[in-house]
Amino acid sequence: MIRENSNVILSVRNLTAEVEGTPILNGVNLEVKAGEIHAIMGRNGSGKSTLSKVLAGHPDYKVTEGEIIFQGENILEMEPDERSLKGMFLAFQYPLEIPGVSTLDFLRVAYNSQRKQQGLEEMDAFDFEDLVEEKLELVKMDPSFLERSLNEGFSGGEKKRNEILQMALLEPALGILDETDSGLDIDALKIVANGVNQLAKPDNATVMITHYQRILNYVEPDYVHVMRDGRIVTSGGKELAQELEERGYEWIEEEAVSEVSAQ
Amino acid sequence: MNAQTSFSSKEIQAASSDQYLNGLLKQCQGQAVALQDSETATWLQQVRDHASSSLAQSSMPTKRDEEWRFTDLSPLMQHDFQADGEASVAPSTVEGLTLPEASTTRLVFVNGVYSHQLSDVTDLPKGVYVGNLSCMSAAHTYRLQNYLAQQEGSEELFTALNTASLTDAAVIWAAPNQIVETPIHLLFLSVPGETPTLSQPRALVVAHTSASLEVIEQYTSLSESENRPNTGELPARQGELPARPYLTNAVTEIWAEENAQVTHTRVQQESQQGFHIGKSAITQSRDSRYTCNAISFGARLSRHNLDVFCHGSQSDTNLNGLTVIRGEQLSDTHSAIAYTTPHCTSDQLHKCIIDDRAHAVFNGKVFVPKAAQLTNAAQLNRNLLLSPKAHVNTKPQLQITADNVQCSHGATVSQLEADELFYLRSRGLNESDARNLLIDAFAAEMLQRIPTPSLRKTLSASLREGRGQKAEGRG
Repeated sequence: MIRENSNVILSVRNLTAEVEGTPILNGVNLEVKAGEIHAIMGRNGSGKSTLSKVLAGHPDYKVTEGEIIFQGENILEMEPDERSLKGMFLAFQYPLEIPGVSTLDFLRVAYNSQRKQQGLEEMDAFDFEDLVEEKLELVKMDPSFLERSLNEGFSGGEKKRNEILQMALLEPALGILDETDSGLDIDALKIVANGVNQLAKPDNATVMITHYQRILNYVEPDYVHVMRDGRIVTSGGKELAQELEERGYEWIEEEAVSEVSAQ
Repeated sequence: MNAQTSFSSKEIQAASSDQYLNGLLKQCQGQAVALQDSETATWLQQVRDHASSSLAQSSMPTKRDEEWRFTDLSPLMQHDFQADGEASVAPSTVEGLTLPEASTTRLVFVNGVYSHQLSDVTDLPKGVYVGNLSCMSAAHTYRLQNYLAQQEGSEELFTALNTASLTDAAVIWAAPNQIVETPIHLLFLSVPGETPTLSQPRALVVAHTSASLEVIEQYTSLSESENRPNTGELPARQGELPARPYLTNAVTEIWAEENAQVTHTRVQQESQQGFHIGKSAITQSRDSRYTCNAISFGARLSRHNLDVFCHGSQSDTNLNGLTVIRGEQLSDTHSAIAYTTPHCTSDQLHKCIIDDRAHAVFNGKVFVPKAAQLTNAAQLNRNLLLSPKAHVNTKPQLQITADNVQCSHGATVSQLEADELFYLRSRGLNESDARNLLIDAFAAEMLQRIPTPSLRKTLSASLREGRGQKAEGRG
């Protein structure tokens, strides 16, 4: 929801980044305010997943220029855990399987890291289990998930629902969903979309990186951005997504090319 | 005894190896047999003499010996170990080392010597004997003659050295059909003294037909400050007294007779200055089931020889191993499973976590001769290196001449995955918490297989403690 005078949660200015010497972001500008839902679309290799990893602080990516202002502070020098504790959450495109760590233990450790940061006492195992079971409803997960090793042997849909469950527990100021909708059947997509909608509040924001327009039928974005060659080339309202679905990406690319030549 | 250190030419060194071994052997022979029953005493003396004479032609292994290629014993041979390691330990000192699950089924040996005061076998389950050899009545000891020091491979140097000093042993004896629910705890404590101590503990476990039992064999040490009686004074800070070197040379023989089941958890937590050489020899009869959980955390240098001889169809063998070492530690596991009959199965998973400049060695042999058709044997060694200087030598060694078998083996060496760390850190875990969670997870798969909850708990705590000390040391 776009509101007048709401706080800026994320401000990305002229962000360029490279991986092993190859430039991969070429000057991204993006501003996200509280209450808003943004969708970032683009073809494979346009840089949209890279943007999510750079925002979260993945060590493989080197920022060469620009800045990321999150909650009023430049976070470029911050470690991934510091960014998380400051309220950033990245739902992974491919959540990792970690054998030997139970899902419940992992969730509790993550939750308590945040409580510690806020100067609160760690929550004990019993209270935490009650809290998790409440949140499980949101993503329609069976409590038996909690006993299993983190994501080990989970189906694609189960892994993505587990990501939304983590977001529900950590209540971030900014949730970045990296292709959370990809590879889901329609039932799982509805569950994930419903989770995202319920977690969207006036004081937080969501950035959905997506390859397909389909999820936007269930989660209504306030803004749609299109990325190409490591930068955002077009931005618009939700109708832009519809237009992309009908006309493909070619027209944008043509416009972008003519724009460059006009300069 | 000190002579071997002052020579340098190769020939003289080779001779001094023998001399070193002879020195150890003399220590062994100095101990007298004190058995009530003269017939058993005579027999035992014969067993000892036989072992001594087999050593007469041996010399200490060097890295030129295939079985010792990666494990250099020269740090051990710098010390003159003495077998007079009598030490008294107050019962309060061992409280933290006992297991609530085995509070009345515990034998304690201090520097290889049975301690009546620290042991507790007041409430043994029916049908099982747990005690030490020298306290057994003559009516019982003669029955041990077919078992004690009768396993294959007894001529191996360190096993023979232990046998040459055999005066006493921990004995567990389960009668046919006895299901022993309570775990039996064999606690071998080392209390290093003024001179480097040599301890040679011995254990014998016999599970007769269709019997079932669980044994926990644990090696640990008390530093001098820990062993000080509680006088109300402040305990001396650890580290003020340098830890003292000692050598434990342990042998455990296990017999799983027809259809019997033995679960064996072996925990080696010797001090960082300790040397530990251990042999587990297991003979399995038909339809028997044997599981070993071998945990190796301690010792400056340790070697575990794990030999399983399967003599009978449909035996089932599970070997689980976890080695966790850091600093300058070296830990070597040599396992061997030998089949002689068809339809047997084995499954082995050995994991190592290696930090700093520590060095792990794994050699796993499986022998499947023609007579052992339809064997199903799997073996995997997984290694996690936590530092660039950490080092592992791994060698799976399958010898298969049968043509209708399913045998697999593999070894992996990995580091902590950067993507896994990033995933955890993106959820707010700091770097050290994320690392610890992944390391714990790697170890947990093995620790979870230990059936005794309190032991499982203390072992995972001591893993974390070890890393904690390290983190402080770095800081």
